[in-house]
Amino acid sequence: MKKYIDDFKVIKNERLNYEYVILTLQHPGKLPAMMPGQFVEVRVDNGPNTFLRRPISIHDIDEANNTMKLLVQEIGEGTKLMGQLKEGDNCNLVYPLGNSFSLPEKPRVLLVGGGCGIAPLLFMGRHLKANGIEPQFLLGARTEEGLIALEAFRELGQVHTTTEDGSVGTKGYVIHHPVMRTHEPEIDMIYTCGPEAMMKVVAKYARNHNIKCEVSLENHMACGFGACLCCVADTIDGHKCTCTDGPVFDSTYLKW
Amino acid sequence: MTASGTFGYGEEFMDFFDISCLGGVLVKGTTLEHREGNAYPRMAETPQGMLNAVGLQNKGVHYFAEHIYPRIKDYDTHMLVNVSGSTIEDYIKTAEVVNELDKIPGIELNISCPNVKEGGMAFGTSCPSAVSVVEAVRKVYKKHLMVKLSPNVTNIAEIGAAVEGAGADSISLINTLLGMAVNAKTRKPVLSTVTGGLSGPAVKPVALRMVWQVSQVVKVPIVGMGGIMNATDAVEFMLAGASAIQVGTANFIDPCVTAKIVDGLEQYCQEHGFSKVSDLVGALEV
Repeated sequence: MKKYIDDFKVIKNERLNYEYVILTLQHPGKLPAMMPGQFVEVRVDNGPNTFLRRPISIHDIDEANNTMKLLVQEIGEGTKLMGQLKEGDNCNLVYPLGNSFSLPEKPRVLLVGGGCGIAPLLFMGRHLKANGIEPQFLLGARTEEGLIALEAFRELGQVHTTTEDGSVGTKGYVIHHPVMRTHEPEIDMIYTCGPEAMMKVVAKYARNHNIKCEVSLENHMACGFGACLCCVADTIDGHKCTCTDGPVFDSTYLKW
Repeated sequence: MTASGTFGYGEEFMDFFDISCLGGVLVKGTTLEHREGNAYPRMAETPQGMLNAVGLQNKGVHYFAEHIYPRIKDYDTHMLVNVSGSTIEDYIKTAEVVNELDKIPGIELNISCPNVKEGGMAFGTSCPSAVSVVEAVRKVYKKHLMVKLSPNVTNIAEIGAAVEGAGADSISLINTLLGMAVNAKTRKPVLSTVTGGLSGPAVKPVALRMVWQVSQVVKVPIVGMGGIMNATDAVEFMLAGASAIQVGTANFIDPCVTAKIVDGLEQYCQEHGFSKVSDLVGALEV
């Protein structure tokens, strides 16, 4: 898939809570094709300590309006600067980067997201729905406030939730939800993105139940397109770049 | 030119611009045997720069010759191979393989990688060991031999003069500066290897100083690098004595930056009354 570098225009910065914003960025012309699971590298200007671009998952695409949504969790200086972008600001992207989630062979799919890891699952949910598959989501967070963008997910399929403090949904981690407690799960494929510890237990569950599982990694990287070799994942074939061989990997390919 | 380890094999940048505008591409550091490189994490962002500890991940020179060379040999620029090793024997054998590749006009001998346990930088930090590896490779390698110096030394001019005496056709500098990043929250080093190589604008003043010092004592051309982000930076290196420049870390931030620098160099010459870019070399008014 051809890669581009372009200035997008910020047309909306929607604050979801104290640490999450959704940026809507408009392409100056026709937005090229992109696939769920892919990411962009965002140039962050004006920060003395923000030297490199920030890799951010594509949260959603609106082809008709040539816009892309990025879900940003303000955890460091770079993402905090991104959270301050205003309508009309320019935002320079290198995109689209990485591989993508694959379509399932069988229709019963579960998308498991934790924290900011829910970002690529909305785009994937939309892609599944467009391909005649009704996705089920299992989204986890620490508290109710951390469960974000639920309405957008509910438009695409059934949404299950967990919170660590039990403020909403099942109390505990995603792995504690009834949908993942059954010994004979009605799932053929799992897609997961979130904290590595969460993805590891989800991948283990999938392996124990012979369910195919794709995980999306978010390793630190510099370039995003295979030049720096900084973002490697440990796979059964040795070190592979998360940016070009991933970010989506079959969980059995990783040395987890 | 593009600096080794920051531009892959050129292919990674094809979507962004036509690399035929470049003077050359230094392909990823190549060793005799396959190397997996160091464990993740291998990178830390630092003020105006980054640390890396990739550790020369590559599939080995034979894989390069069989599988990568056929893909890149007809690119319309100079494709040079950065050669690294842990022993003199490694360097010789690797250079011998590359010597047979018709479309590779030269190598850059990397005696300065800070991220491998043995050898690498060790060769470049003393005059006798630098001389021994350059002399050994000079005997088997018949085309252009560029030698890349480490900045992690007390007297860079001395090393530059020594490798020129040993048969280097040109000298490139600087490789990364040995550095370290600490995570105060976890109280752990950021890199799996604890230390790594610092690059980016943070190292530019050190690099300029070293290019200047080496240019005072050698006659062979100098290829300057270290934190070049734009054409003005490139001009500064040429004024300090570099005949050519390499751009490294900037490629990660703007994949088109080298094309912009090529244009910017010409523009600088037009605006400042230089008839050609080479007139800038060593034109520093001290």
